[in-house]
Amino acid sequence: MNIKFDNVFVEDVSTVAGPFVIKGPLKDKFDKKYEDFYDGENTFEKCEIKELIEAIKVLLKKTNKNEEDIDIAISSDLMNQLTISNFAYSKLNIPFLGVYNACASMCESILIASSMIDSGKIKNAICTTSSHNMTAERQYRNPVEYGAPKPKRATFTVSGATGIMLTNNKSDIKVTSATIGKVIDMGVTDIFDMGAVMTPSAAYTLNEHLKNTNTKVSDYDLILTGDLGMYGKKMFIDYCKEEYNIQIGDNYDDSATRIYDYKDNVYAGGSGPSCLALVTYSDIIPKMKSKSLKKVLLIATGALMSPTTSNQKLSIPSVSHAICLEVI
Amino acid sequence: MVKNMNKQKYQKLTKKHSPKENKTKNMIISFVVGGLVGVLGQLLIDLYSNIDSVSHEEATSLMMVTLIFLSCLFTAIGFFDRWVEKAGAGLFVPISGFAHATTSSALEYKKEGLVMGIGSNIFKLSGSVILYGVISAYVFGIIRFIFFGG
Repeated sequence: MNIKFDNVFVEDVSTVAGPFVIKGPLKDKFDKKYEDFYDGENTFEKCEIKELIEAIKVLLKKTNKNEEDIDIAISSDLMNQLTISNFAYSKLNIPFLGVYNACASMCESILIASSMIDSGKIKNAICTTSSHNMTAERQYRNPVEYGAPKPKRATFTVSGATGIMLTNNKSDIKVTSATIGKVIDMGVTDIFDMGAVMTPSAAYTLNEHLKNTNTKVSDYDLILTGDLGMYGKKMFIDYCKEEYNIQIGDNYDDSATRIYDYKDNVYAGGSGPSCLALVTYSDIIPKMKSKSLKKVLLIATGALMSPTTSNQKLSIPSVSHAICLEVI
Repeated sequence: MVKNMNKQKYQKLTKKHSPKENKTKNMIISFVVGGLVGVLGQLLIDLYSNIDSVSHEEATSLMMVTLIFLSCLFTAIGFFDRWVEKAGAGLFVPISGFAHATTSSALEYKKEGLVMGIGSNIFKLSGSVILYGVISAYVFGIIRFIFFGG
């Protein structure tokens, strides 16, 4: 399912980055940083809520807008019941939608907001994402102080919050199209191997997007997938070739491999809805503003994992959505 | 939806790119660390046995209490998880692993209250050890009673 947009633009973005991310290769590019997993709060959850509010406030400040000026906000995070988003927006005066597609939520929220702006129903929207290594770890895996050995293929949830403001006012960067992916389950049950879980859905979405927009891989300056990780990236390249006969070139990368310094024992790289968002907003958007990248395809990949069904030995489904950004 | 790929074929593809875990290295580390915990235990038994009023049996119990205490303390201070992660079975098979699992669960649920938090969740990871420990003690006890007369 592909949607084309005529009148949706990126006004500005905001990034708040947490531990490990702030030591990575993008360390100088964030709007705000926090040094430890509590950041002065007494629980990890409160810390994550605080950082999400921070990201929204930075975005409002950068765009010179008040909360009342925003038509809607769409937000996502990893917690059950979207706890972090719900609590953050309870402190703000903005109409709110919560969405969950795990790490694919970033593109999901942008494509929903873009559709509403393009239809003329609303003038602007903010899309926010949040993730926190410790809150994710305790919900999906073990208590945070428990030192279970992890395999190299595991990923390390990114701590950070991001925001993007979309508007119908013309700016340099346009959201030109989006592809809504399908939920695909290839029978992977390994809760550590998110790259293997998400690769088929990422490749499906890429193929659909190229087919429906009549473009080739080489038409894009950069194709950036969500968070497949160091090994998932190789699986993706192979899978595209074998399944869809798509040759992936040098213009492809995965955001999971761009966020951390690998010396920090982060296994296969980053994950979480903020992983692709932090890389895109802190690095890709500025490069688009300076015109060194002109056409970028973002494919946010989400592993729709639930500890309950994983314990029941069911395999993990995944979904990926794509957004195309172009400099005009 | 899917053209060439099936689950079996895909499994092969993922296997090709999955990094190999260094099993030999992990086993050697676990073996050495586990051995060192054993040595430490023996040293503690010898130390406690030197106290006049302590019997050998009591010294063994004191050794276990000491190891449990140290594991709990190191978990609470916050660095023991990194040790366990590196040493693997060398630290989580001995009594230190049980203590670590229990303490980390207690710390995790502290903020949710004494009853609904710590009380309900303290044995989240180590509950299996208690349950199946009790069941197997019961089963083997009965077998021993029937065949060897207790």
